[in-house]
Amino acid sequence: MDISYLTVESTRTAVLEKQTTATALVDAFYAKIEAEDGEIGAYLTLSKERAYAQSARIDALADKGDELPPLAGVPIAVKDVFTTRDGRTTAGSKILENFIAPYDATVVTRLESAGAVILGKTNCDEFAMGSSNENSGFRPVRNPHDRSRVPGGSSGGSAAAVAAGMAVASLGSDTGGSIRQPAAFCGVVGLMPTYGRVSRYGLIAFASSLDHPGPFGKTVSDVAILLQALAGRDPQDATTADAAVPEYCAHVGEPIHGLKIGVPDEYFGEGLDSEVRAAVENGIQELAKAGAEIVPISLPHTSYAIPTYYVIATAEASSNLARYDGVRYGRRSEGKSLAEMYRRTRDGGFGAEVKRRIMLGTYVLSAGYYDAYYLKAQRVRGLLARDFDGAFAKVDAIVTPTTPTPAFKLGEKTDDPVSMYLADIFTVTADLVGVPGISIPCGKSKEGLPIGMQVLGKHFDEATVLRVAHVAEHALAGK
Amino acid sequence: MVTEKDVAYVAELAHLELTAEERARMLKDLNSILGHIDRLNQLDTSNVEPMAQVASRYNERGVSDEGAMRPDEPRPCLPREEALRNAPNSDGVFFKVPKVIER
Repeated sequence: MDISYLTVESTRTAVLEKQTTATALVDAFYAKIEAEDGEIGAYLTLSKERAYAQSARIDALADKGDELPPLAGVPIAVKDVFTTRDGRTTAGSKILENFIAPYDATVVTRLESAGAVILGKTNCDEFAMGSSNENSGFRPVRNPHDRSRVPGGSSGGSAAAVAAGMAVASLGSDTGGSIRQPAAFCGVVGLMPTYGRVSRYGLIAFASSLDHPGPFGKTVSDVAILLQALAGRDPQDATTADAAVPEYCAHVGEPIHGLKIGVPDEYFGEGLDSEVRAAVENGIQELAKAGAEIVPISLPHTSYAIPTYYVIATAEASSNLARYDGVRYGRRSEGKSLAEMYRRTRDGGFGAEVKRRIMLGTYVLSAGYYDAYYLKAQRVRGLLARDFDGAFAKVDAIVTPTTPTPAFKLGEKTDDPVSMYLADIFTVTADLVGVPGISIPCGKSKEGLPIGMQVLGKHFDEATVLRVAHVAEHALAGK
Repeated sequence: MVTEKDVAYVAELAHLELTAEERARMLKDLNSILGHIDRLNQLDTSNVEPMAQVASRYNERGVSDEGAMRPDEPRPCLPREEALRNAPNSDGVFFKVPKVIER
């Protein structure tokens, strides 16, 4: 069995029909990881004991002929920002190099209850801050399609693991594009659910009003199955909503005839790579052929999203990261006074980008600048939300490119933070507004680099997002 | 414009020391990023409410956040041993830190 092509559905079927066992799959995936991940760098930690304990449970169920749960035996990689008991959880940071979390994140519990096998924890930008995975405190991740290029970030390890066939699916988190952008760069499917749809309990906080956990998979059906397992209210996260969770898989495969799909002018302007434009326009054509009505729309404040994001996200981060002080957990550097111990701990534990964001966030919240920067950005966030309210009064979904260019080279943007931040220009707005979005592969550049198309939907309407994405995926696969 | 003095002040607030090299780079980067952020002043936002979080948006569409409130009752919390397991320095009862009060 070639494990590289396994999907969530085909893995479960293979276990159900006794073509293989969950344990044999774990063996095969660890063998592949050991052979190939040295070069890619997708994993930080493997959780072998835990994976084999779970695969034994699934095999026992299959032996008894019991009904198998929806993710039975499916090997999954988890971004190292989600806590897992009894193994280290680092958030890609030296400051948490030896941190052992006392509890599992809700998303981890839910995946395992649905039968998934957690293979290990994936590499990411430190505290999920980055668009290239070069900010990992441990090592960069390389793009499986071209190893001189970045996999995107911050969930670069999770995207690369799926793209390289070193996991069937994975979990990531999206604060400014950190699921959709690496999905686009690595040629896989990545879904950011609505804010409040999936629990953040056990997700190491970066920017609490923007952090969205979500799945990566090879197909739209796969992420729909994963979302089914992840979605729903969690008493441990007060921001999860009481919204009904539909049967996502029932919507995948529904026709889109008569659906109105908005195409915002602002996402096709200056700075968009010509090959990306052509690929996404082709994807839109396919949706039109499938019976969707394509509607030109405007999201007039789009160009203000990046500056808004970098005020709000860094302000929240500066507050969230104040907890890393060397007292209760994580790294400590000794000092003569308490203040000196804090400073040495943080100076030595955080990387350059994290320090830059803590400094910017502290600055915009400091006396005299709060109104000018933080309050101003919150008001512009309100304008961005109005843009989407206006658009969704007219259309059922919005289609755009996921990123302005395909994957860039390692080192290409590391000297210029603003140019790095602009890699997220088409993804940040959905985080600020809280609407769901997916990136699906929609072709390759002449150099063979994957290109991503983004579908955005209304709050809690992942079903329509998945439905549109599935139609595009199938139309484009036939090309 | 952010000045060297601002960088030193903000570093102090953020409990960071930063090397001379890091401070010079920070001065350059903060000015470059804030230059980009200044674009926000092109917009008139006088009649827009600040948006701190997303829930207020979807509440208007009938999604309830009633479940956000729970009864104010004591619940089990982490046992002390677990809570201290990651501590860099503890005496088994408390976290230990350098002396805070000088006398």
